[in-house]
Amino acid sequence: MKRKIFICSILILFTGFNAVGREEGSKIIAIKDATIISVFGEDIPGGTIIVKDGLIEDIGSDIPIPTGARIYNAKGLRAYPGLIDSSCYLGLHEIGSLRATIDNRETGDINPQVKAVEALRPDSMHIPIARSNGITTALIVPSGGLVAGQSGLIRLTGWTPDEMIITSSYAMHIELPGMRRARRRSPSQAQQPASKKIVELRELFHKTRIYQKQKKAAHKDQTRPLPEFDEKLEFMLPVIDGHLSLIISVHSEQDILDAIAFVKDENVRAIFYGVSEGWKVADKIKDAGIPVIFGSLYAMPPKWEDGYDSLYRNPAILQKAGVLFAFSSQSATLAKDLPYHAAKAAAFGLDKREALKGVTIYPAQIFGIDDKVGSLEKGKVANIVLADGDILEMRTNIKHLFIDGKEMDLSSVYTDLLEKYKKRND
Amino acid sequence: MLVTLLGITIALFVSTVQGQDLLIKNGTILTVANGTIQNGDILVINGLIKEIGPNIRGPENIMTIDASGKYVIPGLIDSHSHIGLSGTNESAEAISSEVKMRDVLNAEDSAIYTAITGGVTMTHTMHGSGNPIGGENIVIKTKWGKTSEELLVPEAYRTLKFALGENPKQSNRQGQSTSLRYPQTRMGVNAIIRREFLKAQNYMEQWDRYKKAKKSKKGIQTLIPPRKDLKMEALADMLRGDMYARCHTYRADETLEFIKLSKEFGFKIICFEHAWEAYKIAKEIAAENIGISIFADNWAYKVEAAEGIAYNAGYCTKQGIIVSINSDSAERIRRLFNDAAKAMKYGGLTEDEALKLVTINPAIQLGVDKMVGSLEVGKHADIAIFNEHPMSAYTRCDMTIIEGEVYFDRAQYLKDREEKAKTIKETAEKKKKTKGEIR
Repeated sequence: MKRKIFICSILILFTGFNAVGREEGSKIIAIKDATIISVFGEDIPGGTIIVKDGLIEDIGSDIPIPTGARIYNAKGLRAYPGLIDSSCYLGLHEIGSLRATIDNRETGDINPQVKAVEALRPDSMHIPIARSNGITTALIVPSGGLVAGQSGLIRLTGWTPDEMIITSSYAMHIELPGMRRARRRSPSQAQQPASKKIVELRELFHKTRIYQKQKKAAHKDQTRPLPEFDEKLEFMLPVIDGHLSLIISVHSEQDILDAIAFVKDENVRAIFYGVSEGWKVADKIKDAGIPVIFGSLYAMPPKWEDGYDSLYRNPAILQKAGVLFAFSSQSATLAKDLPYHAAKAAAFGLDKREALKGVTIYPAQIFGIDDKVGSLEKGKVANIVLADGDILEMRTNIKHLFIDGKEMDLSSVYTDLLEKYKKRND
Repeated sequence: MLVTLLGITIALFVSTVQGQDLLIKNGTILTVANGTIQNGDILVINGLIKEIGPNIRGPENIMTIDASGKYVIPGLIDSHSHIGLSGTNESAEAISSEVKMRDVLNAEDSAIYTAITGGVTMTHTMHGSGNPIGGENIVIKTKWGKTSEELLVPEAYRTLKFALGENPKQSNRQGQSTSLRYPQTRMGVNAIIRREFLKAQNYMEQWDRYKKAKKSKKGIQTLIPPRKDLKMEALADMLRGDMYARCHTYRADETLEFIKLSKEFGFKIICFEHAWEAYKIAKEIAAENIGISIFADNWAYKVEAAEGIAYNAGYCTKQGIIVSINSDSAERIRRLFNDAAKAMKYGGLTEDEALKLVTINPAIQLGVDKMVGSLEVGKHADIAIFNEHPMSAYTRCDMTIIEGEVYFDRAQYLKDREEKAKTIKETAEKKKKTKGEIR
């Protein structure tokens, strides 16, 4: 009973705070006098962006403003493309201690059948907070087990899951064992080598291939028996067929090498997640052509002997080796901190512009949506952030935000509660 | 606010540091007390700041650090952590006021090194929040490599940990109903704290009567002293004003109830921990001159943290509360400066105001603001040097100095790392070579 009342009050708390972007009266928007950080190419001081039907109609320094356009004077502001969080739990995770609100982790070890977007809660209080810090696109991921399930790409606006979904099944998530964080001066080890898990994976892939053959044969020849329905293998089929990428969570040096061999042998498209020790085998990752998504940099280095900053300098080393990379928050409650992970890598050797690319164009390239998002270019989706400073800085404020050309409400549970209690105290 | 109560305490501030001599040259000095000095120098003699300003000449052969292009700031202070301890919660009993973190200080905890890589020079390392009344906390300097004894800061306030809400009532312990312990509700938490203070009052009176009786000459032979009770001794210290409360609290209502308890018994609350709903009752907290030691934005990990808004630090600062940003974590401790910077976005603090959240404000809360927390002549030379403005997201700590002694030097770290890598490579090559010759 106590718990029921608890949950009810939480639900009341959730509703109402996620005001979805307000509708635009005028269809054409003109942003003028902005310093445009297109991410691709040179920055444009005093630039203009014309937005029509949700797309960037024109962008540059000397663009005429169409009559009837709604004008945003962005003098003193910088225009950035909306940021992309390459791995997070937005919409899947609400309050850590309340299981009733946690939907990113299924029980069991092999769960290819579960899809993150099918648990996506558009009213999550964390979404407006992330959005008001410049994040417009996110990969929401399942976690836990060896095969965690399917991630989905979403835009951070919409009243229903369907309104938010860009790609409902983006990748199949594989989790190889993590590493213990370094807490003592003695050398630490990976929790257990991934090799065992990779053997299991190979077996799963093998079984899926047999299942696929049996199905195909039965399809060709109606007299042949259909194989028994197998849920796990059924949902692994798109991976074998090459319709679904793999995102493999892998950390230690040896595990990365083993995972590279696995990807080669199985001939699948893969992205690595985490790669805490990627800097030790940067060339190997580069040669394999596998992009990487860094996990939260708010973490301790996995091995004491590699130095206190091994996680912080990892991105710079991989970037110099030529690996395509992206940053992620790996969070729901602190998804808003995505830009600061990129800045932290910049403090430890990554070029500042490269850091920005790691939350904009590079993830767009990794996810194959760089024709639509990730930079401010003519013809792209109008996901635009107007900020009063460097978007990776904590002190910067977002003044206006557009997703698909629509201006978003920047309020959140943060501002709503603040305003409510200001009335009492002031 | 927070004036030192006893003359004795003031006398203790006459520093007895046995530190090093050092000259820091040409830095942008963020003094916290007296604004910013461009191209400034700091002369340190015997671990104390002797002089701050332009073109300072030190004694001959003094160790000199070139801080050109860098930011020189007071060493950061973490008002609430649990680092350097071999234990944090004594959870078998609800009341554990007799335990002392001093007894479990472990100077070899690598978290102390982690702290100095982030410019932290001092922390209040505390009992956990599993008990309505926990144990006595300690303040340490993060002198990595020194003994436990050398880490202690005896000048700091004596503080006792209290905790309210979900943790002491054990509501997030799932499947452990066999170890059900009183209290299980906020009513019970408040009641048990009241019970203990009533007991302590009784205990003190027993001793007072005993002492009085002992003084009077009648019946002295048959007089039996009351039983010594260490739990009660700690609370008696609270009631005498020798020790202050540091109270873990989340919800506004429980925070207010604890203020009422402190008035009921006359003990002093120096600071609330976490205080995620302080913004709701800012005027009450400000009126009582109680500080808050809080997260920047780490929230929603449990129900009582689900209305913890990132504006808390900035808003409460503007309402006149002494606010510090704490880590409460052996990881977050190395990016306290990042968390402080968030109060600029959420709450509109200036760079200088945000920096105070991790320097002078925690120093005030710990009762050591006369000796640390800002760069002023006479204060301890606890200094951090950053490559960019400490409130920038791109910043990095390059050096951490305590009492004039360099405890962390990134340049040296990089050199050591390179050397080590070279040695490893050479050994590997040598092995290869000898193998080749044998074959």
